[in-house]
Amino acid sequence: MLIPFFYMLREGGMKTSITELLTLLEAMKNGLAGQSVDDFYYLARASLVKDEAHLDRFDRIFGAYFKGVEDSLADLMQDIPEEWLRHQAELSLSEEERRQIDAMGGFEALMKALQERLDEQDERHEGGNRWIGTAGTSPFGAYGYNPEGVRMGQKGSRNRSAVKVWDKRDYRNLDDSVELGTRNIKVALRRLRKFAREGAADQLDLDDTIDKTARNAGLLDIRMVPERHNAVKVLLCLDIGGSMDDHVRICEEMFSAARSEFKHLEYFYFHNFIYENLWKDNRRRHAEKTPTLDIAHKYGSDYKLIFVGDATMSPYEIVYAGGSVEHWNEEPGAIWIKRLLNTYPKSVWLNPEPKQRWDYTPSTKLIREIMDERMYPLTIAGLDDAIKALH
Amino acid sequence: MADNRFTGTSSYIATDDLTMAVNAAVTLERPILVKGEPGTGKTQLAIEVARALGHPLHEWHIKSTTKAQQGLYEYDAVARLRDSQLGDDRVHDIGNYIVRGKVWEAFESEEQPVLLIDEIDKADIEFPNDLLRELDRMEFYVYETKKLITARHRPIIVITSNNEKELPDAFLRRCFFHYIKFPDKDTMAQIVNVHFPDLKKNLLREALDAFYKVRDVRGLKKKPSTSELLDWIKLLLAEDIPPEKLRGAESRNAIPPLYGALLKNEQDVHLFEQLVFLDRRTNPQ
Repeated sequence: MLIPFFYMLREGGMKTSITELLTLLEAMKNGLAGQSVDDFYYLARASLVKDEAHLDRFDRIFGAYFKGVEDSLADLMQDIPEEWLRHQAELSLSEEERRQIDAMGGFEALMKALQERLDEQDERHEGGNRWIGTAGTSPFGAYGYNPEGVRMGQKGSRNRSAVKVWDKRDYRNLDDSVELGTRNIKVALRRLRKFAREGAADQLDLDDTIDKTARNAGLLDIRMVPERHNAVKVLLCLDIGGSMDDHVRICEEMFSAARSEFKHLEYFYFHNFIYENLWKDNRRRHAEKTPTLDIAHKYGSDYKLIFVGDATMSPYEIVYAGGSVEHWNEEPGAIWIKRLLNTYPKSVWLNPEPKQRWDYTPSTKLIREIMDERMYPLTIAGLDDAIKALH
Repeated sequence: MADNRFTGTSSYIATDDLTMAVNAAVTLERPILVKGEPGTGKTQLAIEVARALGHPLHEWHIKSTTKAQQGLYEYDAVARLRDSQLGDDRVHDIGNYIVRGKVWEAFESEEQPVLLIDEIDKADIEFPNDLLRELDRMEFYVYETKKLITARHRPIIVITSNNEKELPDAFLRRCFFHYIKFPDKDTMAQIVNVHFPDLKKNLLREALDAFYKVRDVRGLKKKPSTSELLDWIKLLLAEDIPPEKLRGAESRNAIPPLYGALLKNEQDVHLFEQLVFLDRRTNPQ
């Protein structure tokens, strides 16, 4: 009983174990799921899913299995050649456009339409709004946006939605296969934590006390140590303005979300590249500047320096005096960043641009050279590597 | 069985899925792990389960420094050392220096207890692993006195987590799991009703509308949660604010009164005020 369902969950990428299946069966034996399908669904969910990131996946598999549509779906999937669906292009749609395609009818209509279209279509397709392929707004395909669409062969869920709409899909936005959310960033940044003993000695050091007491011929000699605190200090420099504005909001969110994790978190803004001044309040960037040298003097070299920027600019902005787009800089930016790097040996550059595009911009290459290749993409894996480099 | 089912209480609204998860955990005597946004009543659940089923409640609040061993027992070596220095007779019985932890207390309970392990993710990453056998077999061994402590009645264990750390698979497999999602408007109306039974209907509706509107503001660092809503309504009642005033917020160009109870972060308040200001400029009434 339920064995095919169990295997379907496992094939669906869930780490459901035999223990959990047995628990579910035991619960059913105890009559817990006797009343309705809903009850059974709740029970199965409570016993088989252990991570809210998998709830959505579970909902989908459950729906597929128990509404008997798994056969039709599986058959359809097999009929579509993989290469059609391979990720080729990216598409971003405005809110307006998204709204326009928001309503496409229910699942039944969708599946029927899909079958019809499969019959009509016989070559690979990309973009556009009708055929099955990638990066389009047709309800069928992948890497596009149609919230009621059927997803095929897509890695991760793109807009966190485009799949079936059997169920309410309440847990959709908890799926962790999607790109970067504040939540998983928080978890990643926590790895930066480093505990150190600092401050007032207010904890008993039992080992040392015993040791000292023994040496003291049994006369009690109490030894205290300071409590362990998280001692990581972070200096964050964010590129702001132009293409970076979207990213900056995410970065600010993520670092302030993780703020409590660090002992000190200081942030500064720059525009495109580092020069003699940085600032804290972007609206008053011309009035309230902080000289870069002051920063290097004020914050000790135990700070970890993190730049966040798309590193996309004219190379002149990096290597020439006067190259800045905003003001006349007496010394080239490369010198300024090297000064900072000398002060802060632990430093990384996080780049929100996808890694495969880095090679096309000379400025990115330049900065990577300056940073000794310590440039990482702003993804979970990239963040992980960055944090390793900071340790 | 019928009287042993949890269905929510007069002060706690439990959705069907939550009820099912709790009842499964109670019936099979397995721990239940509860996750969810802060302020959705995770901790409250254990308290209400204990109250509804009439069981005693033992609470164990976890901090970043808590060790699994502390929940079982601690050997107070320092007290013993001191007593030995003073020549106290108690020193010969090591049992005098074994301090019982929360889990032990729950195991010794006369009737089936509810044990709350609050915010398990705060502790060290090894913490859940160290409790595997204890939660599974409901027994543990006291090495100092060479005694095996077994639970008289398997406690109903409610574990909450804020998702700060991933929990180990081996641990998760032994639990039932429930994610408390943020309540929809209907459930929220029920929740508010339970807390403020004589709230006027229109005030409640206006307050909920204003609340969800604030929650929908994009870019908020900390979205207001259920507990903040309840506080806010309490304030509205205390200040005797008429529903019409809240409707001002409805038209999107006024700030809801006493919004300080909803937004707890000065950047959020700032953002919110800016948005309202912008809105007022673009759509003057």
